[in-house]
Amino acid sequence: MEGKNNNKYSIIVPTYNERMNIALLVYLIFKHLRDVDFEIIVVDDGSPDGTQEIVKQLQQLYGDDRILLRPRAKKLGLGTAYIHGLKHASGNFVVIMDADLSHHPKYLPSFIKKQLETGASIVTGTRYVKGGGVHGWNLMRKLTSRGANVLAQTFLWPGVSDLTGSFRLYKKSVLEDVISSCVSKGYVFQMEMIVRASRKGYHIEEVPITFVDRVFGSSKLGGSEIVEYLKGLAYLLLTT
Amino acid sequence: MKHIVKILTLLVAITGFWIGLLQTSVIPQSHTWLLPIYFVVSLGCYGLLMVGIGLMCFPTCPQEALLLQEDITEAKEYLKRNAVDVRSD
Ligand SMILES: Nc1nc2c(ncn2[C@@H]2O[C@H](COP(=O)(O)OP(=O)(O)O)[C@@H](O)[C@H]2O)c(=O)[nH]1
Ligand SMILES: [Mg+2]
Repeated sequence: MEGKNNNKYSIIVPTYNERMNIALLVYLIFKHLRDVDFEIIVVDDGSPDGTQEIVKQLQQLYGDDRILLRPRAKKLGLGTAYIHGLKHASGNFVVIMDADLSHHPKYLPSFIKKQLETGASIVTGTRYVKGGGVHGWNLMRKLTSRGANVLAQTFLWPGVSDLTGSFRLYKKSVLEDVISSCVSKGYVFQMEMIVRASRKGYHIEEVPITFVDRVFGSSKLGGSEIVEYLKGLAYLLLTT
Repeated sequence: MKHIVKILTLLVAITGFWIGLLQTSVIPQSHTWLLPIYFVVSLGCYGLLMVGIGLMCFPTCPQEALLLQEDITEAKEYLKRNAVDVRSD
C-alpha cells in the first residue's frame, strides 16, 4: 500500500474456542497487511480448548507487541468483548473481525484503501453487492438472512446493505462513541452499531466481502435468533 | 426524531390523503374504502417479492471456499515449522 499511511490499526478479535482458527487468522493477517502498522488484540473468554496457549505461541513467533492477549475470566459475550479490546487499543483505527475465518484478512487492504480514499468514519464489509457473496449456507439460512434484510431495509432505512455483518473498520473515536450507546446482544448488536452510527450522521462506506461459513469449530450464536432479531428490530425502531 | 415517529408521520400523511380522497370522492367511494387493503396487500407483496428476488439472486462464492482451503494448508505448514501447535483434533 501507499508509503505514507501513518495510521495504526488495532484489530480486535474476540475468541471463544478458536484455537485452530486464531492461528490461521493471525498468519493470514500478517500475510495480507505488509506495509501497515497494526496490532492484533485477542479477547479470549477463558476458552477451555486452549486458545490462549496458541496465542502465546503466536506471540513468541510474531512478537507480543504485535499480538496482544487480553483475556477475560469467563464467557461474557461479544459486545463487552469489543469494549474490553477497545480499552487496550493503541491505534487510531480499529478493525473488528471474527476469528473463524468467515472474515478473510485478504479484504483488510480494501477496507484501509476505501477509508483513505473517502475519509469515512466507518467502512463496513457487505456480502450483498457485486463482488461479495456467501458460501456454505443452506436454504433456511439464506431465507432468514434475506427476510431479515428486507424487513430492516423497509422499516429502518439504515443506509447500508448488510446490517448484520460484523467485519468493519472504525475510526477509534467513532467506535468509542457508538459502542457506548449500544445495549443489544448477538446479531442485533452489529445491527444496532451500524444503525446508531448512521443516525448520528457518521460517514459510512461499504466494501464487498465474501463470507465462507466456518471450517473449524462451531458457531456460538444461535438459539432463538429470529425472535431475538424481531425484538431487536422493534427496539431499534423505538430508540433510534 | 426517533425512527418510529418518522414512520408514523408517513402513515398519518397517507391516512390524511386517503380521508381527503373519501371526502372529495374523485374516485368512487366504494373504491376508496378498499384502498387501505390494497396498500397492505401490496406492501406484503413487495416484501415477498424482495425476499424472492434476494433468494434467487443470492450471491454465492464456491471458489472462495477452495481458495480458503489453500490458505489454510499454507498457514498450517508455516505455523507448524514455527512451533505453533496447529494439530487438528
Ligand atoms: N470473547 C468472546 N468471543 C466470542 C463470544 N461468542 C462468540 N465469540 C467469537 O465471536 C466470533 C463470532 O462468533 P461465531 O460463533 O462465529 O458467530 P457466527 O459467525 O455469527 O455464527 C468468533 O470469533 C467467536 O469466537 C464470547 O462470548 N466471548
Ligand atoms: Mg462465524
